[in-house]
Formats: sequence, C-alpha cells, structure tokens
Amino acid sequence: MKKIYLSAIGFAFICNLKVSAQVRRDSVAKNNVSLYSPVTSDTTSYNPRKLKVDEIDFVSSFYWQNGFHSAVTGGIGTEHVTDLSNGLDLHLLWQGNHNNINHLDVGMGFDYHTAASQAYVSKTGASSPTGTRIYPSLDYTHESAKTGNTIGVGAYYSGEYNYQSLGTDLHFSVKTDNKNGEFSAKLQGYFDQVKLIYPSELIPASTTTTTSTGTVITTASGSVISSDGETSYGSKKNIPSSPRTTLSAAFSYSQQINERLQIMFLGDVVGQHGYLGLPFHRVYFNNGKDTVEKLPSSRFKLPVGFRLNYFLGDNIIIRTYYRYYQDDWGIKSNTIGVEVPYKITPFFSISPFYRFYEQSASTYFAPYEEHLPTDEYYTSNYEYAKFNSQFFGVGFRIAPPKGVFGWQGLHDMEIRYGHYTQTTGLESDVVSLGLSFK
Amino acid sequence: MVKRLVVIPLLLLMVLSVSSCVHLKEYQKSRLNDSEMALGNRKVEKNELNFESYREAASGANAGKTGGGCGCN
Repeated sequence: MKKIYLSAIGFAFICNLKVSAQVRRDSVAKNNVSLYSPVTSDTTSYNPRKLKVDEIDFVSSFYWQNGFHSAVTGGIGTEHVTDLSNGLDLHLLWQGNHNNINHLDVGMGFDYHTAASQAYVSKTGASSPTGTRIYPSLDYTHESAKTGNTIGVGAYYSGEYNYQSLGTDLHFSVKTDNKNGEFSAKLQGYFDQVKLIYPSELIPASTTTTTSTGTVITTASGSVISSDGETSYGSKKNIPSSPRTTLSAAFSYSQQINERLQIMFLGDVVGQHGYLGLPFHRVYFNNGKDTVEKLPSSRFKLPVGFRLNYFLGDNIIIRTYYRYYQDDWGIKSNTIGVEVPYKITPFFSISPFYRFYEQSASTYFAPYEEHLPTDEYYTSNYEYAKFNSQFFGVGFRIAPPKGVFGWQGLHDMEIRYGHYTQTTGLESDVVSLGLSFK
Repeated sequence: MVKRLVVIPLLLLMVLSVSSCVHLKEYQKSRLNDSEMALGNRKVEKNELNFESYREAASGANAGKTGGGCGCN
C-alpha cells in the first residue's frame, strides 16, 4: 500500500517539475483546452450571454438480483430485488463577466423497487415489498475563462419511506500552468435520518405509547393505532428517527502523460457517525434468539485509487481502474476494472468490460446463528462478509454527426448490460440506457 | 495472486510513463480528447456504481457518492 501512495505522490511531483522545465509559461497561456472534462472544454468557444440549455441527459436502468442471505431475516432468506431507476439531468450555462462561464446542473431521479425480504420486516411477511425513492440535485459551478479553474457548490436530497438524506458540497479544481494537469477537491456532507422501523417482534417498548384514542405502536409499515382489538393505519410522523452524518473530502489529480496516455489519482477521506446500522436487520444468536443488528456509531473509510487510460492504435482504447480501500470496521478491499472500447467507426463503439472486487470481513460480521449473545457488536448483513465479486458485460455507444436515427437533437446514445456475481451466491443483472440531447 | 498480476504491471507502466511526461500541444491532443478517453465514469454507469456501493462494503475513490441514500433492500 505504501508503494501506491509513494508512486502517486512522486509521480505527480515529477510530472510538474518536468513540465515546468520544458515549457515557457507565456507559450502555454493561450492553451484553453481542458482534458479533464472534454464536454465542458467546448464551452470555451461557446459563450452564450443568456442562460441556455447546453445538454440534457437521461439515464434509465433496470436492475434485478437473486440471493439467499437477506439481512432482514438474519442472513438467510431471499434477496430478490428489482429496481427501475430513471434520472434526468439538465446542464445549463451562461456567460458572466470577463467571459467567465457559469454552469448550472439540475437533476431529478426517481426509483421504484420491489424487495422480497422487505415484506419480512413484519414477522408474518405482511409488510409492503415495494418502495420508491426520489432524489433531486442542484449544482452551480463558476469557470474562469482565463485559467480554466472552477469553483462551485452543490445540494442533493434523497427521500424514501424509511430514509431521508440531505447533502451539500463545495468543490473546486485548479489546472497546472500548461493545462496538462488538474487538481480537484470536493468537500461533502450528508445529513441523513433513519426511521426506526423495527422487525414486528422486536419493537421496543419505548415506541409504544398510549393516547386517548388508543395505543400507538411503531411497526414496519407505519404507525398502528390499536383500540379495543381493532387496528388501523395511522401517520408515519409518529415513527421516531435517528441521525446519520457522513463527512468526506475527495481529492483527485489528473495528468496527460503523452499523446496517448493519461492518468488520474483519486483519494477520499470519509467519516461517518450516528446510527450506522438499519433497525429492521435481524441477527440470530447461537442460542436461537433474535435481535436487531448493532454496529458502532462511527466509521472511518480511506479509499485510494487511480485510473489509467491508453489509446492503442487508431480505434482501441484501454480504460483501467484500481482502488484499495480500508476502514476501521476491519474491512480491506481491492477493486480492479478494465474496459476496452473498440471504435468500429468514429461514431460507433462497442465496449466490453470486466471488474473484479474482493473484500475481507468486518470484525462485526457473523452468519446466521453464529453470533454470541455476549458480542458487543453484531450483524449478519452479507455486505460486511468476506467475499469476492465479478462484474462483466458490454456497452454500445453511437454518436453520429447527424444525430442518432437522424434526429439532430439526440447526439449520443448508450446501451449497457452487465452481469454481477458474488461468492456469497448473490447474482444480479443490470441493463441501462443513456441518451444525451443537445 | 490475481491482484499482483494486475497491479504490478500497472505500477510499472506508471513509473515508465514518468520519462515521457511532456507538455502537449493542442494538435497532439486529438486522441486524449476523445470522449472514450475521459477519466471519469460514463453517465450510463451511474446506477451500476449505486448498486455496487450498496452490495459491497467499500466505496469512494471513484468520483461516485460516498454517502446519502439507504440502499436498504
């Protein structure tokens, strides 16, 4: 791991030294091309005075999975899930003072899912197995026409029946003098609320209150008002919640090496605190009794990685990715990804991809009925188990100059399919469609 | 073993590439500016990154999300 850190730091330092030695500053001052985000680089010659819609992106995905280690039922039971996800992003821009460019991204996402295990939050399987999520976002970025440097702020919201998340970020990027390299940073904060929906047989006594109209009990499907043996559904406002906060700093440095090779180093520092488990995840001890999973109230994560892209010949591109991850819950992992887009024509490419992932188990994980009642922390969520996974598939991208299907407004279309397998037995498939309009 | 087979050649490639780290003129960047060469995630990958972060313990260092959202199911 030390080798990776030292290579990354030394590499970036040496590149900067060499570039400074070889290039006169005044000879590169006119260089306005940004490699880091080729789409936005075009905006240096496209300076609308008024607010204009620059691009609209639509992404729709369908995901389905099967497995037999659901955390809701204590590490056993079905993990069948389907999820239909749709997202729309509008990229707006306008020219400000001194030809600086302002970018505004407005996003809206909507998911609908079914999860077989969700029904078993209730012991009898009577809970709703479906749910929805809505997640709008807003991002403003100011780009200097002279330097290409940027600064911006963003805000996000994600809302589900049992989980609300509010996020914000501050981000900036600085290019090297010759604009062959770029450093960027993003400081993020997520302020979440987890609704304390417990398995029906484990509802704590503290969430049962008696009112003049009856007894209010927090259940998997909301508040139930029981009066004289009758049950009716009440308002979810009565369900208490617990906070979860995530603070992170994400850094990256990208560098053009030569005409065919470019590389990026990435590193995040992430801290979480609050309620980090989920209240409807069961754990069965080795004495047969069940309870709600219990995890520490803080977690520190440290992922570092790099991307390396190489243009081989005239029509093959090799995209690679590596990440090392470690946290203070005892998990270490490695991720390796390779994608090889092949340009059949300048406007049509096919991209097979492969990703390998492996992780060690958290010290707090044990399978069904293997935890001891004396354990301080316990979970049977297989997300924290030791396993490896493989993800492979293929993507197709078409971007003809006259528009997809001859429609000038639709300048880019991508279809991508992938199959995912875990050594825990989890298998899933995902198919996505991406459309870009200009 | 698999890890070593991939990581070591990549690190070697990084070290070797230092010697050719030069200033590029605009006309030399046609390949680097190709959309397939972008050093970020593809937009169409967005939901793949989401499910990976929910099914696996590791996340981050991929310009994706590091928090927010439940991924409960």
